Amino acid sequence: MIPLAQEIAVRVDDLSYRYPDGHQALIGIDLVVRRGESVAIMGPNGAGKSTLMLHLNGILQGDGRVEILGTEVNKKNLGRVRETVGLVFQDPDDQLFSPTVREDVAFGPLNQRLSPELVNQSVERALEWVGMEGSENRSPHHMSFGEKKRVSLATVLSMGPEILVLDEPVANLDPRGRRELIELIGSFDVTKLIVTHDLEMARDICGRAVIIDRGRIVADGRVGPILGDVALLSRSGLI
Amino acid sequence: MRHDFIDRYSRLDSPVHGLDARAKALAFFAVIIACVTTPPGDWWAFAIYAGLVVVVATASQVPLKYLLTRMLVVLPFIVVVAVFVPFMHKGGPTFDLGPLTVSRDGLLIVWNVAVKSVISVACLILLSSTTQFSDLMHGFERLHVPSFFTTVGAFMYRYIFIIVDEAERMKRARDSRNFRGRWLWQAGVVGRMIATLFLRSQERAERVYNAMSARGFDGTFPRWTETRLRWPDYAFMSGVILTALAGRLVIFWT
Repeated sequence: MIPLAQEIAVRVDDLSYRYPDGHQALIGIDLVVRRGESVAIMGPNGAGKSTLMLHLNGILQGDGRVEILGTEVNKKNLGRVRETVGLVFQDPDDQLFSPTVREDVAFGPLNQRLSPELVNQSVERALEWVGMEGSENRSPHHMSFGEKKRVSLATVLSMGPEILVLDEPVANLDPRGRRELIELIGSFDVTKLIVTHDLEMARDICGRAVIIDRGRIVADGRVGPILGDVALLSRSGLI
Repeated sequence: MRHDFIDRYSRLDSPVHGLDARAKALAFFAVIIACVTTPPGDWWAFAIYAGLVVVVATASQVPLKYLLTRMLVVLPFIVVVAVFVPFMHKGGPTFDLGPLTVSRDGLLIVWNVAVKSVISVACLILLSSTTQFSDLMHGFERLHVPSFFTTVGAFMYRYIFIIVDEAERMKRARDSRNFRGRWLWQAGVVGRMIATLFLRSQERAERVYNAMSARGFDGTFPRWTETRLRWPDYAFMSGVILTALAGRLVIFWT
């Protein structure tokens, strides 16, 4: 069944990208994600997952077309696209660059030119959402890895995104921290694209899985059958 | 790993810690300016500056031992001056110290360098150990220090610990493979480590910039809360500045 236009959160048409050093990272990617869907984007290291992610809010712009909620991603509407797509990077030390948590969580809303009251409100709400309320004045380098991961999520939640794109959200966490973060991410009822190697998380919170290998989508479908396909997983370096 | 070598004790709860960063910065810079422009023979003035520093240091509850250790940074400079100048300074009255001839003017130069550097550095240490670094940068920003400096300062504070950690991990990995660093050819290893560290930092900078762009960063840092100076800030600022001024002018009364 072809989804209606307004139901589509992300549409990627024939996207290819070559890095300046000549490495061809993406080759003819086609992907449609509906609103409210949770998609696990999986694949071996260097498959092009993160490169694809960077196209979803225009940090990289390759050949082909990327649409977010019906708007093409181009130089003119980067601002709007970046309000809609919340990108959380893998390393919280890249995501959190401010001296204090408050400033970092406020950074997005401030760039949206919200009023100080609204900025304060969204900072409070975002921190509460990730269970980090009260840590406004802490500095990221005094926080545990799990806390930094939570605050990283808050830095985009504060912008009220409709689409969350998370790069390895639970990598390197201890088991309890991982479990709690998976629960937390599962509780966000927005469209989610989650780049991960974590099969269990994919199964728990994603309805659909897309497997990328050497710049191409090699599988796309319900998470159950894909994660049950041992031959596919082993070909793609996931088991 | 945890580090706090830049602003340790800046999170204490003392009357000095509670003051606005701007008030403290202006007050301490006033003391420094008064101090470095005071003629070396103006003993009372230095006594007043030193007294001021001691009073603020006591009120700040920062451990004395920590302050003194931090102040050791000026020692090498003073030592260099102290070793050479009194014996090599030409002209003026002299006296003999065993086989050596000591110049009185030379001694005065040593005193001048020592007292001014000690008081100035003490002021800076007090400022940085009673003010959180982020507050300090915001304070500077509101005092119209160019945002280039405050931004670089803020990034430096955020990332220096991460870079130090990275260097530390590299050093451990290197030492685990029996590197001892005793031979000249091993100097190349250190050079390559520095190059690697630089490249990694550069790559990180790119990722940080991406993360910032992803949140709508367009090259300008938006301003946010404007806190107002309160009466304790004004009281502290005027008290310190007036005392420093009195010290600077005391020569005209004595």
